[in-house]
Amino acid sequence: MKTATIKKIMKLLIVAAMLMPVMATASGSVHLESAPIDINDKESLRRGAKAFADYCYSCHAASFVRFNRIAKDLEMSEEDVREMMIHTRGKKGAPTKIGDLMKVSMTDDYAKNAFGTAVPDLSLEARARGADWVYTYLRSFYVDPYRPNGFNNAVFPDVGMPNVLWSLQGLQEARYKTVMHGDVEVEELEGFEQVSAGKLSPEEYDMFVADLTNFMVYIGEPVQVERRSLGWKVLLFLIVLFGFAYALKKEYWKDVH
Amino acid sequence: MSNLMTWIDDRFPATKMWNDHLAKYYTPKNFNFWYFFGSLALMVLVIQIISGIFLTMHYKPDGAMAFASVEYIMRDVPYGWLIRYIHSTGATAFFVVVYLHMLRGLMYGSYKKPRELIWLFGMFIYLALMAEAFMGYLLPWGQMSYWGAQVIISLFSAIPVIGDDLTLWIRGDFVIGDATLNRFFALHVIALPFVLVFLVIAHILALHEVGSNNPDGVEIKKNKGPDGIPLDGIPFHPYYSVKDIVGVVVFLFFFSVVMFYFPDGGGYLLEHANFIAADPLKTPEHIAPVWYFTPFYAILRAVPDKLMGVGTMGAAIVVLFFLPWIDRCKVKSIRYRSVIFKVNLIVFCVSFVVLGWLAMQPATEILTFFSRVFTFFYFAFFAVLYVTSKNEKTKPVPDRVTS
Repeated sequence: MKTATIKKIMKLLIVAAMLMPVMATASGSVHLESAPIDINDKESLRRGAKAFADYCYSCHAASFVRFNRIAKDLEMSEEDVREMMIHTRGKKGAPTKIGDLMKVSMTDDYAKNAFGTAVPDLSLEARARGADWVYTYLRSFYVDPYRPNGFNNAVFPDVGMPNVLWSLQGLQEARYKTVMHGDVEVEELEGFEQVSAGKLSPEEYDMFVADLTNFMVYIGEPVQVERRSLGWKVLLFLIVLFGFAYALKKEYWKDVH
Repeated sequence: MSNLMTWIDDRFPATKMWNDHLAKYYTPKNFNFWYFFGSLALMVLVIQIISGIFLTMHYKPDGAMAFASVEYIMRDVPYGWLIRYIHSTGATAFFVVVYLHMLRGLMYGSYKKPRELIWLFGMFIYLALMAEAFMGYLLPWGQMSYWGAQVIISLFSAIPVIGDDLTLWIRGDFVIGDATLNRFFALHVIALPFVLVFLVIAHILALHEVGSNNPDGVEIKKNKGPDGIPLDGIPFHPYYSVKDIVGVVVFLFFFSVVMFYFPDGGGYLLEHANFIAADPLKTPEHIAPVWYFTPFYAILRAVPDKLMGVGTMGAAIVVLFFLPWIDRCKVKSIRYRSVIFKVNLIVFCVSFVVLGWLAMQPATEILTFFSRVFTFFYFAFFAVLYVTSKNEKTKPVPDRVTS
């Protein structure tokens, strides 16, 4: 009798345990689009590096990243990287060196005056928030006359950053739909509507942002390609070693009965 | 060569130690899969110490430099990324191996007379390991390091009268800061590793004094041949040394898969928020401890009152120390024990895992309810064990080990 009761409790426990993930997934933030990126695509990474240098790297630092590391990993000459990314000088007036870290001269105090907040370092942004977040964020700015800089963002509401890519993307406005949450009417973001064209078509803009996201994923962990390529060699070695280790064990254990 | 050994043996018990602990340490011949995890735990300890030494050469225990120095290791130190991932994956591997090792003890009654002290030393190792891991997690000085430590240290403030002074004393400052980081570094790289190594030596010495248990829970020393060697015993070296090498290779395979392909373990091993430098003014949305602490964190959250919660969480660990006396059944191995014991143990394991998962979720009403249910089951294991083990209906235990 006891065993039957216990078995019943066990069944209940297991069912409860299986149901829980379903109950916990409800969360109400913006849907993140999957970033179409390929970390092995050096061409895309180089385009992303250029985009980063042109549009991000005057306010945002990437202060754990060195210029010459980018040259090495993206298979570019140091001269090309210098031309593409380095437009600054050190304190003594000498040009910033190729082995330097990607710092910016904007101070936190200045940024707080200009944007209301310090500008985050982007070295690890993609690693902390994920590639999909960065990709969706950069495509989710919309015109909002109530914000000081005229832009708002669906992924990061009331963000301090203006849409620095507007000349490429053009301007878009948010469209809302009314949905019922029980008896309560809620305005929910339905999508964006392009109100003026940018230099790039929507497809070209998405690709531009994908390249930029790809580059940010790369600077988040520059070693990741090398890591994966070393990985399978180590695994292969271990498989071979397993053969020898197992044969050795078999040989010794022959006489154990 | 033999002259040299004689010279040494006259002055130091080298050969004697080799024989006592390896070449003439007689081990049951029927060890199964579960018996790999002891030697693996020892190996992971060595991996952690060696990789830790190399990290220490480049890491800066300074509130203003710590976060950047970890990224320096990841980017500028040759193979620094590999050493760092070995160490971070090693922390998880350590707990995986230790939890499986402890489960082995539960299944085969390895904590029972005459092995109570082995279990106690093991529990102290587990405690020291938790402290070691907790302090190590502060060192990268990311948001989760900072706020995780904030949550855990603030638990001490629940203690009546001395609570606030105690937390101040632990932190060395009114908030977690440079002083905290420095002392955690000292404890993480010197004090606790020392404690761990001494406890491991005690654990192994105690084991070798009484001999290893086995999946049948039979004492092999009861059946000795005319030469005084247990009939079911084989020397640890070379038999188990070569067998453990196979275990090591398989373990390293899984270890490498995680380390090379999933070093942040989807945010469970290296949490995403920990790639943002510690900021005392910005609390992360969702603070969860690393997975190996989560079952106890769920128990803490399940209790509404802070002091009671801390007490319950403490009790969840302390009760494990008393297992050798809570389990009053003379039969050791699960193979010959009752259905009630088997079911009880399964419920306990399920509860432990589910509690671990619950602690990683936001504390909604329904999930808090489940935390309470499974906290109840966690403790019920010990109560049921105490009550049912006295007169348990067991199967007959064989005289000798089976296969």
